[in-house]
Amino acid sequence: MRISLQWLREWVDVGNDVPALAHALTMAGLEIEGIERAGPELSGIVVGEVMSVDRHPDAEKLNVCRVSNGREELQIVCGAPNVRAGMKAPLAQIGAKMPNGMQIKKAKLRGVESSGMLCSARELGLDEDASGLLDLPFELTTGQDLVVALGLDDTIFEVNLTPNRGDCMSVAGVAREAAAARSTALTVPKIEPVKATVDATFPVRLEAPGACPKFAGRVIKGIRANARSPWWMQERLRRAGVRPINAAVDVTNYVMLELGQPMHAYDLARLQGAVVVRHARDKESLKLLDGRTIELSSDIAVIADERSVLGLAGIMGGEDSGISDATTDVFLEVAFFEPDAIAGRGRRYGLITDASQRFERGVDPELQERALERATQLLIDCAGGQAGPAVITRHETSVAARSPIMLRHRRVRHVLGVQLSDEIILDCLRRLGMEIEAAPGDDLRASWLVTPPSWRFDLRIEEDLIEEVARLYGFDNIPPQDAAGTQAILPWTETQVRKERAADLLVDRGYHEAITYSFTDAAWQAILFAGDALALANPISAELGVMRLSLWPGLLHAVRENQRRQQTRVRLFEIGRRFAAGDGAETEVIAGVVTGSALPEQWGDESRKVDFFDVKADVEALLGLAGAIVTFKAESHPALHPGQSARIWRNDRPIGWLGAIHPQHLKSMDLTYPAFVFEIETQPALAADVPEFREISRYPAIRRDVAVIVDEATHADAIGQVVRAAAGELLTDLGVLSVYRGKQFEKGKKSIALGLQLQDTSRTLTDHDADAIVARVVEQLAHQLNATIRDPRAG
Amino acid sequence: MSEPQQDLQALVDASRAEIADCHSIENLEAIRVRLLGKKGEITEQLKSLGAMPPDVRKSAGAKINEAKHALSAALDERRQVLEAQKLAEQLAGETIDVTLPGRGQHGGGLHPVTRVRRRIEQIFRNAGFSIADGPEIEDEWHNFEALNIPTNHPARAMHDTFYFGDGRLLRTHTSPVQVRAMQGRTPPFRVIAPGRVYRNDSDMTHTPMFHQVEGLVVDEGITFANLKAVLLGFMRALFEKDVNMRLRPSYFPFTEPSAEVDISCVACGGSGCRVCKHTGWVEVAGCGVVHPNVLRAVNVDPERYTGYAFGMGIDRLTMLRYNVNDIRLYFENDLRFLKQFA
Repeated sequence: MRISLQWLREWVDVGNDVPALAHALTMAGLEIEGIERAGPELSGIVVGEVMSVDRHPDAEKLNVCRVSNGREELQIVCGAPNVRAGMKAPLAQIGAKMPNGMQIKKAKLRGVESSGMLCSARELGLDEDASGLLDLPFELTTGQDLVVALGLDDTIFEVNLTPNRGDCMSVAGVAREAAAARSTALTVPKIEPVKATVDATFPVRLEAPGACPKFAGRVIKGIRANARSPWWMQERLRRAGVRPINAAVDVTNYVMLELGQPMHAYDLARLQGAVVVRHARDKESLKLLDGRTIELSSDIAVIADERSVLGLAGIMGGEDSGISDATTDVFLEVAFFEPDAIAGRGRRYGLITDASQRFERGVDPELQERALERATQLLIDCAGGQAGPAVITRHETSVAARSPIMLRHRRVRHVLGVQLSDEIILDCLRRLGMEIEAAPGDDLRASWLVTPPSWRFDLRIEEDLIEEVARLYGFDNIPPQDAAGTQAILPWTETQVRKERAADLLVDRGYHEAITYSFTDAAWQAILFAGDALALANPISAELGVMRLSLWPGLLHAVRENQRRQQTRVRLFEIGRRFAAGDGAETEVIAGVVTGSALPEQWGDESRKVDFFDVKADVEALLGLAGAIVTFKAESHPALHPGQSARIWRNDRPIGWLGAIHPQHLKSMDLTYPAFVFEIETQPALAADVPEFREISRYPAIRRDVAVIVDEATHADAIGQVVRAAAGELLTDLGVLSVYRGKQFEKGKKSIALGLQLQDTSRTLTDHDADAIVARVVEQLAHQLNATIRDPRAG
Repeated sequence: MSEPQQDLQALVDASRAEIADCHSIENLEAIRVRLLGKKGEITEQLKSLGAMPPDVRKSAGAKINEAKHALSAALDERRQVLEAQKLAEQLAGETIDVTLPGRGQHGGGLHPVTRVRRRIEQIFRNAGFSIADGPEIEDEWHNFEALNIPTNHPARAMHDTFYFGDGRLLRTHTSPVQVRAMQGRTPPFRVIAPGRVYRNDSDMTHTPMFHQVEGLVVDEGITFANLKAVLLGFMRALFEKDVNMRLRPSYFPFTEPSAEVDISCVACGGSGCRVCKHTGWVEVAGCGVVHPNVLRAVNVDPERYTGYAFGMGIDRLTMLRYNVNDIRLYFENDLRFLKQFA
């Protein structure tokens, strides 16, 4: 909201220190977001009076004018169509600097000397209007500096209001706050009731008292058709960001800006029968002032006449009943609408208007009479006409009565943590216009019954008052104080490895942490996943339209973007939630993607592309943090290469996937190099047992290596299982020493060498014991996996 | 005929010269064997003593032993020299360019937002807060109603909420975790809740997803003055600077009094710069005393218990901490950006 300091000064002495005023308002809760000059910097421009206008001898569109600057008459050549003798217009004298940087010099136009320039509003940077000279009011003194004459040395505050402070959406409201913050008096302009000079009234019916319990109306007859508001009013509207239109509309906007009461002016001749405030009927339609036709619903209050809907109550008027250039009889509507009946309605139609913003935050329910008188007087002043009597229609029971709020001194201290004297508390409240009575309190401390002024309808409970006291006392003046110490011991578990540890491990293994959006492109995600991702009803764009089913789409997108930036070696991980297809159930996962060379390009090492087992080592290290015993099973996944895809199981529970992205998907995603990905559920993967000590064997271990030839399709895991089962519990360690394929083997066969460590806790094993175990192992491998033995020492 | 003594002296002199001229440990060893080995020349002379008459034997023996020790010492001395030379050669041969880079995997790095989030968590953990969590897909009740934001409340319009078709939404702030942390439990509460939040807003200074941390303390005797102390202490700990702080009255439906938190600009110290838009202050948080309606919504008696709550944008704090000038960089995951925080 824009507030003119000139206007504000009519209400309250705000001093001359503008930054200090801005700071005081900001620290009282009215944040001053911006401070700007009202108009452009002008010098050398005065109020000129055109004495005579003669045709230029050699140019059809130019006139040669005699213009007074108050001291002398100057000859000025002017091309504006509206120049006429007797008018007053801005005169840029020799030496004046225009806002566009041009300096005015003596000039000859088609052979005729010109000692200055008459200006349009646009040339002075005051308005967009360039159609002709700025027609100044005749009351201005000829020769006066234009900045002074028009009050252009004004400052505009851009006020950022919080939604609870509807009462501040006016000059009056900001003035009240400024007066309270500075402890100075408020000068409320006197508003006298306008005497009715005609009897004319127009009937009003309130059929939706829940939405509109009070309606002040008045007929004003015989205003000048096509009347315009005075320049000073237009200027104030402009400074507030409101476009001047005609006298009646300008007056309603002016009073709204001044007092905070939105109102509406109707052309009386276009009203049929009565003004009715009611709920819309379903599917009823309305043509808005902006030309659109909208369809209404029954929870929207409307202003109607006996024939049709005229406007959206408290939001916007309709096209057909407004003031036109031909209007002579006016009906003024000054109503009180309940915030709940207005809030959110305008937004449905994309309408956020000055009126709706005020009504949905709340307007002073006692303001309507004064606003009506103010508007009546201003309209008669600028457009003539005769007022009928002010007619107030109301549903008494529906206007909320103001009730006093109990404020306990000890509660002030309880909430704020500072001991304020009675005097300070009462002074703060009084500065805000509250009425205060002593109340029967408890024995120790005072209590008061506080009645806020009618415009502070936002104050309802004790804490509201405490906030007001704190705000005016100054948050800065409340000293920080440590809370009384707590010695509660917090739990700190060892049964769940913290995900920070997991992140650190990946970082140490060369991964960078990424953070990708939780929503993704449905089409991009569909390359990898078949499920129906939970879709946003109002996405910011299609690229961010559905919740991610996995972290892979986002990570692969990051890989592609990095590849486009010539970063071909990418190792990224992310910890975040994925959202299940359908209901969007949230699961936190750790996911990673690796592509490019296995190691950073470096000397002394042959460059090699990363492969499945490089990434598997990272995953195993990660799972090793929790001491998890996991198995990797070859299972297929739609996103992954069918031959390089493993599902990760912990006991009987699948906890994640590891694999190479399917080559076809790589192509669809425009990825240059093979990409390996993993995704593991954080909770089950990082659940850990508290370690338990086991006796260390005092007897030496025996090592035996076994090499077998098996079918290519036989998995190392299967071999391991057979070996473990056959060797029994004396097998304390089993490792894969080599995997070898070569000409010496049959096609489709491979050799796998295993290292077995055998140990007993109660005795020293003999070679005989070890040989027996190896014999059992070999026998079982042959029996179960059709394995043939190779040289037992083969590596 | 020469005297045996003269022969011995000649042998010693010749051998000394030979030793001094020897350039390999192997040759030196050969000399040693030739002179002092089991059948060495000196050894043989010692053996020959037995055949001498006793009167000569004694002095001859002394002389031979003297020669033996002299040669033995010369051999040892020469050996040390040669060994030192050999070691020097070996070391010279093994000398490498220590300025060449090390080999292997290079370290990665945490995302800057995570770095700051961890600092926040640790600082509050040290102060006795626990870390709480809640769903990112929320219902209207937790995200709005329980926080005293009824339907059609103007504050809802400020939230630019992402909705799903079924009435659920993406949480617009971490404040619903407050509610969840209190539901079904009794005070005291002392938690922070960091996490992702979402708003339908995207431009130079807004991303549709960002991170907040919510703080909540509810106990008997908790005051606005306590809130000020905690926030000031936190800001100083986070930035490792004696920043100043000011609270500006503001409005949040779920706190009262409510305030925006400004700290003196961490970039310029308050003298005015681009970061603080030449005001000397940067806004870093919102806070307030928990509204009694919020406590009532979770069955906590507001007469007995009071509390405070605060919410901060982690991304914003990260920008201030590391002087990042564009919030959108956080989610582009450009390695050239991420590597700056490794």
